[in-house]
Amino acid sequence: MDAVLNGLPHLFRGAQVTVEITILAAILGAAMAFPMGVLRLSKRRLVRTLAGAYVEFFRGTSALVQLFWLFFVLPLAGIKLDPMTAGVLALGLNIGAYGAEVVRGAVQSVPHGQVEAAIALNMTEMQRMRRVVIPQALVAMLPPLGNLAIELLKLTSLVSLITLHDITFNAQTLRESVGHTTEIFAAVLLMYFVLASAISVGMRALERRVGRWREAPLDRSRAALRQLADTMGGVPA
Amino acid sequence: MTILKTTTLQSDPVERQAVPDPTPMKASDMVRFRQVNKRFGETVVLRDLDLDVAPAEKVAVIGPSGSGKTTILRLLMTLEQPDSGTIEVDGEHLWHKANKRGELIPADEKHLRTMRTHLGMVFQHFNLFPHMSVLRNIIEPLVRVRGMSREEAATRGRTLLDMVGLAEKECAYPGRLSGGQQQRVAIARALAMEPKVMLFDEVTSALDPELVGEVLSVLRELAQQTDMTMIFVTHEMRFAREVADRVVMFDQGQIVEQGPPCEIFKDPTSPRTRAFLKAVLEH
Amino acid sequence: MSWSWEFTWEILPELAKAALVTIEATLLGSVLAMVIGLVVALLRRSHSRLVRGATIAVTEFIRRTPLLVQLYFVFFALPAYGVTLSPLVAGVLTLGFHYGTYTAEVYRAGIDSVPRGQWEAAKALNLPRRRIWSMVVLPQAIPAVIPALGNYVIGMFKETPLLSGIAVIELLNQAKLISSETYIFLEPITLVGVFFLLLSYPSAILIRRAEARISRR
Repeated sequence: MDAVLNGLPHLFRGAQVTVEITILAAILGAAMAFPMGVLRLSKRRLVRTLAGAYVEFFRGTSALVQLFWLFFVLPLAGIKLDPMTAGVLALGLNIGAYGAEVVRGAVQSVPHGQVEAAIALNMTEMQRMRRVVIPQALVAMLPPLGNLAIELLKLTSLVSLITLHDITFNAQTLRESVGHTTEIFAAVLLMYFVLASAISVGMRALERRVGRWREAPLDRSRAALRQLADTMGGVPA
Repeated sequence: MTILKTTTLQSDPVERQAVPDPTPMKASDMVRFRQVNKRFGETVVLRDLDLDVAPAEKVAVIGPSGSGKTTILRLLMTLEQPDSGTIEVDGEHLWHKANKRGELIPADEKHLRTMRTHLGMVFQHFNLFPHMSVLRNIIEPLVRVRGMSREEAATRGRTLLDMVGLAEKECAYPGRLSGGQQQRVAIARALAMEPKVMLFDEVTSALDPELVGEVLSVLRELAQQTDMTMIFVTHEMRFAREVADRVVMFDQGQIVEQGPPCEIFKDPTSPRTRAFLKAVLEH
Repeated sequence: MSWSWEFTWEILPELAKAALVTIEATLLGSVLAMVIGLVVALLRRSHSRLVRGATIAVTEFIRRTPLLVQLYFVFFALPAYGVTLSPLVAGVLTLGFHYGTYTAEVYRAGIDSVPRGQWEAAKALNLPRRRIWSMVVLPQAIPAVIPALGNYVIGMFKETPLLSGIAVIELLNQAKLISSETYIFLEPITLVGVFFLLLSYPSAILIRRAEARISRR
């Protein structure tokens, strides 16, 4: 047991790396998801197709294959990425593709009358999106995005396979040096669970903040939004 | 007597409309449709429509549902594009603009935005922004689109809310209001932009019967007090009779007949108008 | 970087063999996930608060921890208690349980979508609870969720490379082995990518067809 306790700092150092990758990949993912999700609804066919290709490509192949491609294959083309960059790029692009689908679904869930009202008030296309559509879509997209953030956290365990010293990697090295496999992996599972739960709690708080206007009793769209959130939630990345 | 009229007038009004109006644009026309066609897939919604509306005129468009009435408003508000024909607002082409050689070319977004400043619309389903308070619904477009300062916009917003009798609701979110209240806010929001032409698309159709009155009385007052051009698409015949300078009976994509409310309601010439009014008033 | 077709042909048969193992693991895992999902969905409707609570706790735990670590746990920790599983079995079990917690949500949505009136009618006929489930509710709930379940099968095809983590001989693992032997990554990993596309694309089309057929009913 002592050996495991002594190993805990090693696992915590791994947790730091895990959190770091999760945050960086989440930022990249969001930076991809929002524009791509909106562009998939563009009037221009070429734009729509390109955004669609991104989404289909990254959702169609597995995150692990993408990760290995970036880390093992790209160097053969002369592009050498360090493990951290490769990990953040692969996971961020992957989760961004799923996020784009969430954004697209949420944007589509905003009733068309809202856009028409914005046109009638002579707002520009950007203003319609920023002031009218996105704030409403945000409420619908937050729960599934929260789920995606948890999926991302779980995906980061893959970077242990490209030698990044995250929780999973450090668990393996610890296991090889001191044994106590059950305790170590139980501790590791617990750490992921706690991190995921923290994300979950944080997202709930955010949902409440962003969705304050929905606390209205007469709102009919509420059930529809919740249903949307349910169907889009739990998508495995 | 009824039978007699039916046989003589069956196709007459239609043909009269189909002849293009050769008169040049009167400087005084606020809205002018010329030979406008619109179809959705197989369905023809507007057929060679000619329609003029004078400044300050209040026009009520009536007719069976699905007859294309709403499309007239949606084309004017640039929510829908005509397949052919021209629409002019305040002497300027809406969907076209003249190039250097004076030919009409399709309008770009910039032109549409300029034209939209002349137009405002109130929708059947209100379409208030649910994530903004009542006052912000009015302020936001004033600030973003008209470039007004927040203070100035708020002052105007409060004045208008007071006018529609909802001054005390400025902080509420639309979801907390009744349908009638929401529609009054929507009217205030559209008015705030000071359009030359206001379009009202079946603004009471989505309301519970007991809430219709409050909205209509706001509109009645508005119609009497302003010299804004107004086009109402409505099923409220009594309202149309009281408020409109002219009633346009619309069916199957065409104007069946038009004239002052007293004529149309008391002595309609077209059998289709008569059948429609009979059905509506009996109901 | 140059693509060697010679090498490609050389490794192709091995990769193809591995693809079969992947399909096998995925299919077995899918079947298990379907069954576990249904069981979990039913347990969540249990009358006992304890059963409901425990089910939620366990499924949340599984859903909030990485599949890879779960695989390690099953593969490395269980043998300490005398349970030694072949890599394939360990992989199938873990995949099945992991995805079972997701498919449970799908079943739940399907069960919730059965109108209340159906329950009331069945109770009015005095059917026992078990029969209400087996004869009234599930026959309506399950067809409605088949497309959603199908999406998870596709998801699982994409996750099988994870099994390489515990040396199940399958696609990616094969690619990795070949890579380290020859120190050429381009061909095997590209082929693995192509294989995944080949596996997941037709299945996506099949799912869409099934979806269209079901919505037509």
